[in-house]
Amino acid sequence: MANAARLSDERPGQRLNGDVMQTELVSYREAISRAVGDEMRADPRVLILGEDIGESEGPLKTTLGLFKEFGPARVRDTPIAEEAFVGAALGLALTGYRPVVEIMFADFLGVCFDQIVNSIAKHRFMSGGRMHAPLVIRAIGGGALRFGPQHSQTGESWFLNVPGLRIVAPSTPAEAYGMIRAAIRDPDPVIVFEHKSLLGTKGEVIFGEGGIRDLDMPAVIRPGDTITIVASLAMVPHALEAAQQLAAASISAEVVDVRVLRPFKPDPIVESVRKTSRLLTVEEEAVHGGWGSNVIAAVIEQAFDHLDAPPMRLGLPDSPLPYSPPIEDDAIPSPDRIAARARELVAYAL
Amino acid sequence: MADSGKLSNRDREELLRLFVSMERVRRFEERVRTAFVEGLVHGTTHLCIGQEAVCSGVVGALRTDDYLTYTYRGHGVCIARGMSMRAAFAEIFGRVTGVAGGLGGSMHLTDPDLNLIGAAGIVGGGLPLAVGAALSARLAGRGQVSVTFFGDGATNIGAFHECLNLAVVWRLPLMFVCENNLYGEFTRIDRTTPFEELVHRAAAYAITAAAVDGNDVIAVTDAAAAALARGRAGEGPTFLECRTYRHAGHSRTDPGKYRPAEEVASWLARDPLPAFEQRLLSERICDSAELQRLKTQVADEVQHAAQEAAAAQWPTPRDYLTSALVRG
Repeated sequence: MANAARLSDERPGQRLNGDVMQTELVSYREAISRAVGDEMRADPRVLILGEDIGESEGPLKTTLGLFKEFGPARVRDTPIAEEAFVGAALGLALTGYRPVVEIMFADFLGVCFDQIVNSIAKHRFMSGGRMHAPLVIRAIGGGALRFGPQHSQTGESWFLNVPGLRIVAPSTPAEAYGMIRAAIRDPDPVIVFEHKSLLGTKGEVIFGEGGIRDLDMPAVIRPGDTITIVASLAMVPHALEAAQQLAAASISAEVVDVRVLRPFKPDPIVESVRKTSRLLTVEEEAVHGGWGSNVIAAVIEQAFDHLDAPPMRLGLPDSPLPYSPPIEDDAIPSPDRIAARARELVAYAL
Repeated sequence: MADSGKLSNRDREELLRLFVSMERVRRFEERVRTAFVEGLVHGTTHLCIGQEAVCSGVVGALRTDDYLTYTYRGHGVCIARGMSMRAAFAEIFGRVTGVAGGLGGSMHLTDPDLNLIGAAGIVGGGLPLAVGAALSARLAGRGQVSVTFFGDGATNIGAFHECLNLAVVWRLPLMFVCENNLYGEFTRIDRTTPFEELVHRAAAYAITAAAVDGNDVIAVTDAAAAALARGRAGEGPTFLECRTYRHAGHSRTDPGKYRPAEEVASWLARDPLPAFEQRLLSERICDSAELQRLKTQVADEVQHAAQEAAAAQWPTPRDYLTSALVRG
């Protein structure tokens, strides 16, 4: 990718040459581990910190093989103290390292909110641009696994209002691999929101330099003409399934993976809505203050005249995510519900 | 408390450097205070007048490649470290020639060229960053130490406890410098903390600790040197409590009336600058004419730096709009 090439050009001698391109069918969890491992191999400044990530390879097995290959100095188990080790990542970044920190459950970002919002996001700015903070916070979030209200949030919109952060959300193994590698190379702080229910999903991944993805903007992942459905993380496969159902009813849905939430460049979504004239956003979080509102605001600002129906947001009810299976399932937008909302929008008459 | 011994056993030039360092910090801060009245300083500012022996003593003992993090009351650390006075004043005056181009202001003086890497505006917020810099120093293996300054108030916030613990379990080259000035903002320590001697906190973390008279620049220097030697030798972190007092209120709008008059008077009588000056003279390290000459030099430096800063340009919108991200 052009972006990756540009960034690696800025650091001559830091990259391995002759990285071989190969495609494999792997899980999202393995893609995460290999992205970090490949960057650690390529750049001695990269290290990872987090709870139980060493010999245990992560409570959710997202640091597979790293401790064995790189040892305790670069794969560091931390105390349960997010404020200290997330803030420490900033100190490492300012002094020449490229730290990655794992937040075991995205919910725990609340513990280190101050370090992220007041220190990490503002450090470059407060130095007048003289210091950089190249660090990555990987936060594993999301529901559907019966973890209850404090271990099921995606957290993806919590930091939308914070300039100075880059926020991304990969929805496939290929995206997880490519975006995490790009995030580690990025000169700015990046929060990567991952999703627990995606960890076991499999997909083809191009390993090596060729698999590195951009961190720039949303992407159309299924073309269509009648309605634009924008989704994130685990809602992406739900949206794709809904699009299949809709196709059976001769409704052509274009599915967009929002993927990059900050800085937000809505161009591919605006372009899509200019074509389809209808917009549905799907997020696994309360819609009030969620990224779906941003998407709709951008579309109204830039493509108001193209809309044939009021844009619609679909998300969790305005409630914490519950524990009990039937009601957790009720809360999370299902493919059926997404398809039903899409049909409502298509049927809407001005 | 450490006994700082006879000055005649020490390097004369080093003693004079300490004198000049404290004098520069004091006159800088006094000029900031005047500048506030003149309308040159915006928002608020937090002066370290009275606490100069801590920043001058600790910073004087550092290597140029050591890392420093500090607080919104951090002008003294920066000036002692050698930050350009002109650029420091300009930052506080909000000018484009400031160390951060006017984006940070009084609470956020930093200079990566001097390893002045972080000024926390949030109480305790700089401690995690210092842990990271200490881990960086340890991994690099060049004997650097990370030093973090914070106040007594910060010892009640979570980051303090997390960071002491982490520094010990990772055996980091980190010096925690607690400037215990007895007040967390407007509230006296006895109303917020179970004891005034914060060095007692150290035992719970199994961290090597010392308490010194923070108004005795020699005692501070010696304690810092010992902590730094431990850090450089791979022996882990040190907690250093420096007992001191701020002569003014918490910030510009605070007259500090909540403090008992006798307490203020007793600490003013122990002002670190006249105390050190008196020692230099009584132990015949130098004569008053030499000290006067040094004071005049400092006064000239401060006056010219402030004058130049006050004449500098304001930043424009293009100076801040692209500064949050490298790749916006």
